[in-house]
Amino acid sequence: MSEIIEVKAGIEAENEKYAAEVRKLLRHHQTRLINLMASPGAGKTSLLEQTIDGLKGAYRIAVLEADVDADVDARRIEAHGAKAVQVHTGGSCHMDASMTLQALQMLNLDDYDLVFLENVGNLVCPAEFDTGADLKVMILSVPEGDDKPLKYPLMFKVTDCILVNKIDTDEIFDFDLQKLEKNVASLNENARIIPISAFTGSGVENWIVYLREKLMAWNYSCH
Amino acid sequence: MHELGIVTHVMKTLTDVAAENELTRIGSVTLEVGEVSGVIHEQILDCWDYMCTKRGPLFTGCKLVLEVLPAVTYCSSCEQTYPTIRFGRTCPHCGSGETWLLTGNECTIKEIEAE
Repeated sequence: MSEIIEVKAGIEAENEKYAAEVRKLLRHHQTRLINLMASPGAGKTSLLEQTIDGLKGAYRIAVLEADVDADVDARRIEAHGAKAVQVHTGGSCHMDASMTLQALQMLNLDDYDLVFLENVGNLVCPAEFDTGADLKVMILSVPEGDDKPLKYPLMFKVTDCILVNKIDTDEIFDFDLQKLEKNVASLNENARIIPISAFTGSGVENWIVYLREKLMAWNYSCH
Repeated sequence: MHELGIVTHVMKTLTDVAAENELTRIGSVTLEVGEVSGVIHEQILDCWDYMCTKRGPLFTGCKLVLEVLPAVTYCSSCEQTYPTIRFGRTCPHCGSGETWLLTGNECTIKEIEAE
């Protein structure tokens, strides 16, 4: 005899379960996780190099390097004195919460105050998956254009902070920061936009100040 | 883009449901798919048929039924709703951009037919 069984299960339920596990693990060790997302070549690793240098001495930092393959980024990070864990996503175009949990478990989290998840270079799928991170940061680089919020709205909607990288090249690429700000505002009123150049270092101090403020506010709320 | 991932996840969930309910065979699965969920019907049906041949007797010959849920957007300026696909983010009643997606992003396992 055949019967009808109501299931009513959302497909995102399992990811949410793992994201909650990630948050629990992080709270237990008083470690903060930042999910860094961007297109390939936007400057994720260069930004992390500058960030590690900018926070040196104040916070103990680890980086989860998510790539489809290779470990070139992990070696760059380690050269700046932070711990790097290479995560091969095995062809997957994003990190989900269960992969993040597994990667975090490879670290002794008591040794780190701050972990960056350098997500796979992609503006689509990483936005769809909650990894359990405390903060979502994306990089948009000038050559990609000021119209990207219109084409990849979800990414710009879910992010807390947008770093506009390679700002030293804005004239060459006819990039309009005000237009970008307008495009972002229509999707996400709360996103903080910080123009930087990870190459020349200009504006990076504004990002470091933003990050320090966040970290201090989090520490304060812990005690 | 994640059709195969969705299929493997649905099958994993249903394997648990089958164990709980002592089911030996699932004849059909109904998924509720929102109009703007991004799920590509042709791809998910292909992935489904392929995976059914790989997952043992529970899913042998199991059919996937897609039920489309319309996308509806709510305008917080004039407090009316409108169809999302036709009008996008801008309210056709008052022209406001202060609009929110009410439904249409779903991907939910609604029910299964099993023995």
